[in-house]
Amino acid sequence: MSRLQRTPKPRTIVALVEDRPGALNRLVSKCRQRGFTIESFTMRRSEMPGLFRVVFEVRADTDPDQVVKQLSKLIEVVDIRDVTSVDTVTREMALIKVCCDRSQYGYITAIADTFQASILDASPGSVIVEVTGDARKIDTMVNLLDIYGVTEVVRTGPIAMTRGPQPAHEWPESDAFARVPARVSRSQHSAAD
Amino acid sequence: MAKMTGAEMVLESLLREGVECIFGIPGGANLPLYDQLPRYYPRIRHYLVRHEQAAAHAADGYARVTGRPGVCFATSGPGATNLVTGIANAWMDSVPLVAITGSVTRSLIGRDGFQEADITGITIPITKHNYLIRDVREIPRVIREAFYIARTGRPGPVLIDIPRDVQQEEGEFYWPERVELRGYRLPPPPDPDAIDDAAALIDTAARPLILAGHGVILARAYAELQALAERAHVPVITTLLGISAFPPDHPLYLGMPGMHGMHWNNMAISEADLLVAVGMRFDDRVTGRLQDFAPHAQIIHIDVDPAEVGKNVRPTVAIVGDARECLRQLAMRVSYRPRSAWMARLEELKAAYPSLAYPEDTEEILPQYVVDKIYAMSGDCYVVTGVGQHQMWAAQFFRSRKVNALITSGGLGTMGFEIPAAIGVQVARPGDLVWSICGDGGFQMTSQELATVAEYELPIKFAIINNGYYGMVRQWQQIFYRGNLVASHLKNPDFIKLAEAYGIYGLQAVRRDDVESVIAEALRHPGPVLIDFRVKQDENCFPMVPPGASLRETLGLPEEYRKFAQKPEVVEVEE
Repeated sequence: MSRLQRTPKPRTIVALVEDRPGALNRLVSKCRQRGFTIESFTMRRSEMPGLFRVVFEVRADTDPDQVVKQLSKLIEVVDIRDVTSVDTVTREMALIKVCCDRSQYGYITAIADTFQASILDASPGSVIVEVTGDARKIDTMVNLLDIYGVTEVVRTGPIAMTRGPQPAHEWPESDAFARVPARVSRSQHSAAD
Repeated sequence: MAKMTGAEMVLESLLREGVECIFGIPGGANLPLYDQLPRYYPRIRHYLVRHEQAAAHAADGYARVTGRPGVCFATSGPGATNLVTGIANAWMDSVPLVAITGSVTRSLIGRDGFQEADITGITIPITKHNYLIRDVREIPRVIREAFYIARTGRPGPVLIDIPRDVQQEEGEFYWPERVELRGYRLPPPPDPDAIDDAAALIDTAARPLILAGHGVILARAYAELQALAERAHVPVITTLLGISAFPPDHPLYLGMPGMHGMHWNNMAISEADLLVAVGMRFDDRVTGRLQDFAPHAQIIHIDVDPAEVGKNVRPTVAIVGDARECLRQLAMRVSYRPRSAWMARLEELKAAYPSLAYPEDTEEILPQYVVDKIYAMSGDCYVVTGVGQHQMWAAQFFRSRKVNALITSGGLGTMGFEIPAAIGVQVARPGDLVWSICGDGGFQMTSQELATVAEYELPIKFAIINNGYYGMVRQWQQIFYRGNLVASHLKNPDFIKLAEAYGIYGLQAVRRDDVESVIAEALRHPGPVLIDFRVKQDENCFPMVPPGASLRETLGLPEEYRKFAQKPEVVEVEE
């Protein structure tokens, strides 16, 4: 497969959404309607009353800028940022169930230590390992543990936070109403569309 | 504040929003609302339609003409789902609409109660926002918000679903001073740098064109558009929904582009070095094959919705903002340029591609002739159309000098729009002449509304362009499907008898010589009139850019005209 045909890298989006019935439905419905594929999705009440913070990864095959533009039109979306190319700390959590006998516990503990992971449960014939990190770290660890036989992996999908004192939603809002950079060459235009 | 029921709160709130009329149908779940209506008459007038789809289309037509949100009522379940086509139509054309549906009582919601439909769920993709009210005290705030959302920014439909028991419950009426929606963004004033960049592009362009869409009409920016065109001396093309945003007899006016647009416009777009696109979204019916669209042009895109910028076409300069304000500021910055070579070239293109020509010597009635005559004899009237061949002819020959006078379903392309939308237009403009140009197919999709027309004595003139076919379907089957005509022929009722059954004056034209006299008779008659124009059955609508083709590739120019009319050729379609 050539580089050009590769599926586009997902965008990481952080949004603040009002706690109202149907708000999540609207968000997901808009993604479906516009052909954006949701790769992962995490939401929880935020530190601000009445607002949920949603972190999700989404792929848009045509114009990825459409994701923020279309979703920011939803009334319940109070703030939305594409943090893909911003300096962020990104973490994902996974619970990994590994089948093993008593004699292998030591090896698994050693791997867990290397990844700063912890063993949450040790039952006869299996252990559950908890790990946090970026997606690559978790992939690597799952592959390593699979030597012993991984039977189940539960992953949260990433959560992300921008570095520095300013919360993402207090950054100047440049996405939605930004001017398209002037003098885009027309040849680029036809290729992109 | 006095206590009142939810139903009273709804009507009280509608009064405060300046609502004068409602289109709707009562049913079990909205009877408390209807029970209160007489108390508000005549401040609020209710128009009883015969199918909820018509309530939404009538509110849509009313909203397009007045610029204020149209309001429609329906009951739960089937009443609400019948609104869906009308809401989707308003959504696609950015028309402000507030639909208020009754819902089953709160205790039945989610339990498949009789006549329950999840209408808020169903309408999520076709509304700007929607609400299910669970507490009577929310009603004034929600209605206030709904109207605000419907009419501001890029307008659109909003639906409010109110359970029957909430309509009956009593509560304190509290009208909020201000609308507080922290997640609702209105565009900021236009960026002055973008205005400067755009003005510089216009001043240096040798072959510029303005492409004006529905946004100009929605922003009521007619004068500003004309000022920009005249001050910069730039010709104006209007999209289907932009027609009547610019005077059709203006020397700078070029007509409609696109699939059935003037071929001179499509050629002009292909040669232009600058397009100033205002309040239009580069629909595929306008652009043809996107890669070949305006290959030599830089693009200035002015739109109120930032999501439209870059959606289909990447502009050189984008100005996000209200069309009226953007055009006003832009018009002040530009300078006059004679552009005589470009003006001469446009005249050449017009002469080379006479896209409006039709044979004059037929005995049969040509549909183009009917539409042409209606415009010629009616002065500055409103024209409401359905969707299909007759719609394209009505757009091609448009000549009314009234602004915002072509009311048509552009984005969704809803056949059957022509009757109920005309009702809304006539209700909004009781003293004006309203023509509803209908297809014989679309007419039968909402013809029950003739009862509404008769009941309220709305003097609409219906012109059925009756060719006995779903004409545009037949045209596609002839050109793209080897002439294999499947399910496009119509065995029609006697439209005169149908009109008479509803108490409406019916007229018929069979020969070309009848056309003028029946139009004159319709114009003389003070009430509603239906004219059955028996037009030449196999006439097709040209010019035509095949779907997926570039704008330069057109079918049915005069030299080919008879060929396509007689013996259709099969054309390969690139989808």
